Amino acid sequence: MFSYYLQLGLRSLRRNPMLTALMVMAIGFGVAASMTTYSVYRATSRDPIPQKSSVLFNTQVDAFGPENIENGEPAPALTYTDATAILRAHKAAHQAIIYPVNVSVIPDDAARLPMRQTAYANGADMFGMFDMPFLQGRAWTRDDDEKHASVVVITKDLNDKVFNGGQSVGKQLNLDGRLFTVVGVMDNWAPQPLFFDAPNTGGFVDEGASVYIPFTRAIDLQLGTNGNNNCVKEPEQGWDGYLRSECVWLSLWTQLDSQAEVDAYRNYLNGYAAEQQRAGRWSWAPNVKVRNVTDWLDFQKVVPKESTISLVVSLGFLAICLVNTIGLLLAKFMRRSQEIGVRRALGASRATIYAQFLIEAGAVGIAGGVLGLILTGLGMLGTTLVFPSDIARLATLDPTLILLTLLTSIAATVIAAFYPTWRAAQVQPAWQLKSN
Amino acid sequence: MNLQIKPILSALRRHKAGTILIALQIALTLAIVCNALFIVHQRIERSNRLTGMDESNVIAVQNRYVGKPDSFLPLMQTDVAALRNIPGVESAYVTNAYPLRRGGWSTGMQTDPTKTKDSLPSALYFVDEQALKTLGVKLIAGRNFTPSEIVNLAPQSTPAPAQVIITKAIADKLFPNGDALGKSIYYAKNKPSTVIGIVEKLTVPWIEFEHMDNVTLMPIRFDSGYQHFLVRARPGQQDAVYKAIPNALYKVSRMRVLPEKYGLRTFDVVRANAYEADRGMAILMTVVCAVLLAITAAGIVGLSSFWVGQRRKQIGVRRALGARRSDILSYFMTENFLIALGGVIVGTVLALGLSQWMLKYFEMPRVSVTYVAVGVVLLLVLGQAAVFAPALRASKVSPVEATRSV
Repeated sequence: MFSYYLQLGLRSLRRNPMLTALMVMAIGFGVAASMTTYSVYRATSRDPIPQKSSVLFNTQVDAFGPENIENGEPAPALTYTDATAILRAHKAAHQAIIYPVNVSVIPDDAARLPMRQTAYANGADMFGMFDMPFLQGRAWTRDDDEKHASVVVITKDLNDKVFNGGQSVGKQLNLDGRLFTVVGVMDNWAPQPLFFDAPNTGGFVDEGASVYIPFTRAIDLQLGTNGNNNCVKEPEQGWDGYLRSECVWLSLWTQLDSQAEVDAYRNYLNGYAAEQQRAGRWSWAPNVKVRNVTDWLDFQKVVPKESTISLVVSLGFLAICLVNTIGLLLAKFMRRSQEIGVRRALGASRATIYAQFLIEAGAVGIAGGVLGLILTGLGMLGTTLVFPSDIARLATLDPTLILLTLLTSIAATVIAAFYPTWRAAQVQPAWQLKSN
Repeated sequence: MNLQIKPILSALRRHKAGTILIALQIALTLAIVCNALFIVHQRIERSNRLTGMDESNVIAVQNRYVGKPDSFLPLMQTDVAALRNIPGVESAYVTNAYPLRRGGWSTGMQTDPTKTKDSLPSALYFVDEQALKTLGVKLIAGRNFTPSEIVNLAPQSTPAPAQVIITKAIADKLFPNGDALGKSIYYAKNKPSTVIGIVEKLTVPWIEFEHMDNVTLMPIRFDSGYQHFLVRARPGQQDAVYKAIPNALYKVSRMRVLPEKYGLRTFDVVRANAYEADRGMAILMTVVCAVLLAITAAGIVGLSSFWVGQRRKQIGVRRALGARRSDILSYFMTENFLIALGGVIVGTVLALGLSQWMLKYFEMPRVSVTYVAVGVVLLLVLGQAAVFAPALRASKVSPVEATRSV
């Protein structure tokens, strides 16, 4: 029966090519617009590290005071004083301070120009906490952190450029005139959104960092942050004055595996802040925030406004296309009242009428889905025109999206067909027969 | 024209579903189209905002020195000299930021030496005596800096030079009496900076900032390994200068990085980069509106044609009873107008609701009434245009139809 109804449906669609084309186009455009914007939205709102997002936590401690912050929310970064004090207390099994720096690689070959690299200065624990993928060698150790060692982890891209992709562990890398020993090479790595540096990057970057050096070494070298630096009081002169200042510029990430650990950590932070208050450094009550990756990204509002607005508008667009399809299907089905009347009079039940017309609508849905898929493909090429490159490149037409496009358009069309089909099934056979 | 509203309404009552569907489609389309067009308008307006500069013939260079000498200042001085020596260069200077760069330095300022709370924010541009000329900003009072006034600033220290040039916006806010010239502003506690000049307009480096025109020019050479050079080429020389800049700089020293992407940009590119997201949004919303209107129009054509086909007999009867072609035409036009009218009334409510929702969740300004009005007119006209062809076909139904198949 199914294939017979499908044949009937296709024949009926061929009978009014204009009306059919209209429906297919409406569905195709509506689905394509929604899917294109959804793919961008999906990319910007995804979980960058699903296996660990619930156990990785960012730390905020208010060093500015209620007068200098908005909505009682502590600054999204820490002072050097607080970050290092909390780290020294060892209240979590894994924790690392992270801040972005800029370095330039000076090639041994004097004929080549220096290459600027995005880099992070971080503690050894960052590599294990964030599951960073090593190809050669290993991360540096906590011992290296203690010794302020001149070691470096680089990514595959940089290894290709500087060491021609060869084995480079143990080799020397010249960063701004200082030599660092390569201890590990990792695969290119840039989780999107870049959760651990969201305040400085907005969450999205064209390329991940290619160089990682120990935090302690970067401080020795007086490397300032390449990200935001906010001060409510003027720092004293010089690097040491800056380290003692109330300027915030460091992130502290912690792995806490159970709710008990989270509570203990939060208690410790409150105690630390209370101590600062007692010592007279702060005149306000403890104000600390410990957020996991998901909450942190929500709080940082990494999903661009543009992405959400265009998704909302596109869904509205799809709704209009569906209303349009309901109208056209109604017209199409009701035009065949006589045919329905005859079929009903010859013994067809309402259920078979339902089946026939829903299958016909399904055929429209499939055609609309195929058109929608083609248009979504074009839309993907168009995302670079509409969204900034660091976001547009995240939107891809993967198998999930292809399946979703087809399913959405078939489901949408069949849902749209319910009312017209119901009307068709209500046709009274006697009436139709009489008037002819 | 004789409008037959009453018979139309009673006919529509027999086609409730179709009527509601067309009206609903018009309502939803109106809600989306007027909000989308309003977004387009806003984004275009935003990306056309003036910076106060004469942007043509200006090239921005982003430079980062490699290595860490005791001071970067001598390097910067040599570089600026080399840039000024390029044939075709009118003027050049080194700075920390400029309009539309989307990154810079801001600080609170006030007229009270103790510099307690409630200060007014200002973006800081570190400049020298060639900056006004290079930016092409208009000095409306006072004078430019002299070379001897340019002072060095160590890293991680607070800028508070003896002289500053401010924008008119700051002058008006801090000195409402119009006597800013010669007065002191405090950018740091107990360190007065005397206002020696006022420029008409210059915007901050960010594209979103509470006080877009609050800019202070400070006669400062900032000791940093990372800086920008702004270069003004003589008219017609921009391309030649653009090509000559990297060579001139690398000739001074190769120990530097001019990044691939943002290393060297004409100001047209700076502007395009700054408003990339806005332009994209405007394109997307325009395309959505166009396709949406086309689909709505097609839907109206489709449903109206169906109605005409369904009522051929009745039309034939009316024609046989003496109705003219124009009566039939106006019947369908009026019918569509009434449906569309219902649609736009509901649509206006939806449009305002959507706007309210976007105001709440995205802090977008409320859609202007003009846009809703434009949308209403647009959709009424669209409906009339879409129904015209089916109505014309209806008017051509011959009176003979009345006798057929009965």
